[in-house]
Amino acid sequence: MSRSLKKGPYIDFRLKKKIDNANDSGKKGVIKTWSRRSMISPDFVGHTFAIHNGNKFIPVFITENMVGHKLGEFSPTRNFRGHVNKKNR
Amino acid sequence: MRIAGIDIPDNKRGEIALTYIFGIGNSSAQKILFNAGIDLSKKVNDWSEEESNKIRNIISESYKIEGDLKSEVRLNIKRLLDIGCYRGIRHRIGLPLRGQKTKNNSRTRKGKRKTVANKKKAIK
Repeated sequence: MSRSLKKGPYIDFRLKKKIDNANDSGKKGVIKTWSRRSMISPDFVGHTFAIHNGNKFIPVFITENMVGHKLGEFSPTRNFRGHVNKKNR
Repeated sequence: MRIAGIDIPDNKRGEIALTYIFGIGNSSAQKILFNAGIDLSKKVNDWSEEESNKIRNIISESYKIEGDLKSEVRLNIKRLLDIGCYRGIRHRIGLPLRGQKTKNNSRTRKGKRKTVANKKKAIK
């Protein structure tokens, strides 16, 4: 079910602070974050996020098209390489 | 009868015939006929010139159909693919997007079964 519009988009408080700082100082560094649940808002555009996937941080450059998605959608948590052929074992 | 370019549904009830157009289902077909003031169960053959023009106008004004609609859907999918989000990845590898299980079923996305293992037969 989608989130109530009344509440507005969810963005982790600490992440928001980091973004504001980065925007104020005009720095474009990599922002490390565990907050996969935060929604991408327009002021995220142009930054690079290192999004945790439970194992390591995946760097993702945020573009305009990504606004409205959650950060976690860009950092896959599973790594399926395909099945092994039985004969090759 | 030609409506909206390509579609030629004939000798069916208007309500049904309109659903042959991609992008028009049961409820929008009913709405169109209601707005045009035509009886739902009137056959397409029996529509007068005036009535069919009315329907054409309503469809072209307020519905996105056929090619336009298909290209819109394609663009939406392409957007997901391009930004590399989870749903885009699932589109790429042809698996369900909305968290369904894939242990069995989900054949619509996965396509026809491809049998892999040669199971050993039980020894008698």
